[in-house]
Amino acid sequence: MLKANDLHITFNPGTPIETRALCGLSLQIPTGQFVTVIGTNGAGKSTFLNAISGDLAIDSGSILIDDIDVTDQPVWARAKQVARVFQDPMAGTCEDLTIEENMSLAEQRGQRRGLSRAVKTSQRAGFREHLATLGLGLENRLHDRIGLLSGGQRQAVSLLMAALRPSQILLLDEHTAALDPRTADFVLQLTQRIVTEKQLTTMMVTHSMRQALDVGDRTIMLHQGQVVLDVSGEQRKGLDVPDLLAMFEKVRGEKLADDALLLS
Amino acid sequence: MSLFSMFGALEIGLIFSLVALGVFISFRLLRFPDLTVDGSFPLGGAVGALCISSGMDPFLATALAALAGAGAGVITAILNVHLKIMDLLASILMMIALYSINLRIMGKPNIPLIMEPTVFTILEPSWLIDYIARPVILIIVVLLAKLALDAYFSTRQGLAIRATGSNPRMARAQGVNTGAMIILGMAISNGLVGLAGALFAQSQGGADISMGIGTIVIGLAAVIVGESILPSRKLFFVTLAVVLGAIVYRFFIALALNSDFIGLQAQDLNLVTALLVTFALVIPLIKQRMSRRKRV
Repeated sequence: MLKANDLHITFNPGTPIETRALCGLSLQIPTGQFVTVIGTNGAGKSTFLNAISGDLAIDSGSILIDDIDVTDQPVWARAKQVARVFQDPMAGTCEDLTIEENMSLAEQRGQRRGLSRAVKTSQRAGFREHLATLGLGLENRLHDRIGLLSGGQRQAVSLLMAALRPSQILLLDEHTAALDPRTADFVLQLTQRIVTEKQLTTMMVTHSMRQALDVGDRTIMLHQGQVVLDVSGEQRKGLDVPDLLAMFEKVRGEKLADDALLLS
Repeated sequence: MSLFSMFGALEIGLIFSLVALGVFISFRLLRFPDLTVDGSFPLGGAVGALCISSGMDPFLATALAALAGAGAGVITAILNVHLKIMDLLASILMMIALYSINLRIMGKPNIPLIMEPTVFTILEPSWLIDYIARPVILIIVVLLAKLALDAYFSTRQGLAIRATGSNPRMARAQGVNTGAMIILGMAISNGLVGLAGALFAQSQGGADISMGIGTIVIGLAAVIVGESILPSRKLFFVTLAVVLGAIVYRFFIALALNSDFIGLQAQDLNLVTALLVTFALVIPLIKQRMSRRKRV
């Protein structure tokens, strides 16, 4: 269960380039729900995600994960509850380390790291099993540096890594945006499989309205740092991209200026 | 080159391979350009020499010297992590601060250790000549240090330090307290350098305030030379390369300074170092150009 209450973030306050990125954003995500987040550029999607992960400090408001107040916790302390896949495939893994070392790091997410061996023989079998489900042949390349893998392969491994340890919320920040269409499709299907299998509470930011409606149980739209649209259940099932656009216009009472949403 | 100067070069090369291992941890694993070593090397020498000359057991004195070095590394890391001072600048501040601190510790510009017992005089067997015994003792020390580092950086904690240097954002997202890892890594790095300083003072007959000048360049030179003679990504071979690099580097220097026909003298040491490092850095570029020409 994620509770974000009245989040405010302002960049460069008191200067001519002052930007109000989040303006009293509140959202609750019950355990096991898969939420997709859409919005125009600058609507505050990434800012919101970074506020939950702890990468950005919020000016006011509070963030509770399973009733634990994490508002003042740094990123590494929240990692126990928060799993994450970045947009940039290079960002989610350590290119200098091997596949198994990366997976071991993720398997220990949020744990005390002592002086026992980082990769034990007993772990390897599990890693192989997980990698085999990708069907990319990576189960035979445990000792390869992860920097040798393609962007799509690395993103797929990042997803596996995010699910190696239980989390209270999984954050996906346009994690298919930097991939070619076929690979993006593969990673998206993998996402759905893993989220369903492990019943993960998930928040996925996406640029595509189609994707936002097809995947998950609930869709929210952000605009100017606030939630302007929140659909789920039966209401969401009947929706199509034009309906979503119409609803958005009705809510805001203004025409969409950005064509980017229409085109994607 | 005489047998005597060969063993001398090996001895100093082995001591500097501890420095090189320390520099490898800061520059390569943590990606922290750390010049503290120019201060923590004489700090180790100063603490070691002071303790021994005031009658302390040489082993305890050497351990204290390593601890002092680690302390210097911790302060540099705290300047960077908690006070947000740029890494290079933090280490330069610590380096110049240590110059005064070292003078304070010694109370004078140098402390001789000619007649005092050292770890070498205690450990060397009576049937072996001292200039052969010292490198033999050092080989064991360096091997132990190398193997201990290999083992440590294969543990969960060691892996967290490597991840911190390689991709700090990812490391934090995995719950690694990257600030604490930088402090820990810098402590290990400068602890090794402090240890090397104490051993250097004991092998060369005393500590001197100027003994630290250029330590960082020698350490980096060893790392770079090692990486070009034994390129590998595996930790075991990388640390081995660093150790070999320090020894090979020292042999080159000894060879250059001992060959009458080149006409180089002791004061040319730093120039030779600079040339050697430049050469080692340019090798990959030359290799790359050569292979490109072949393909075309």
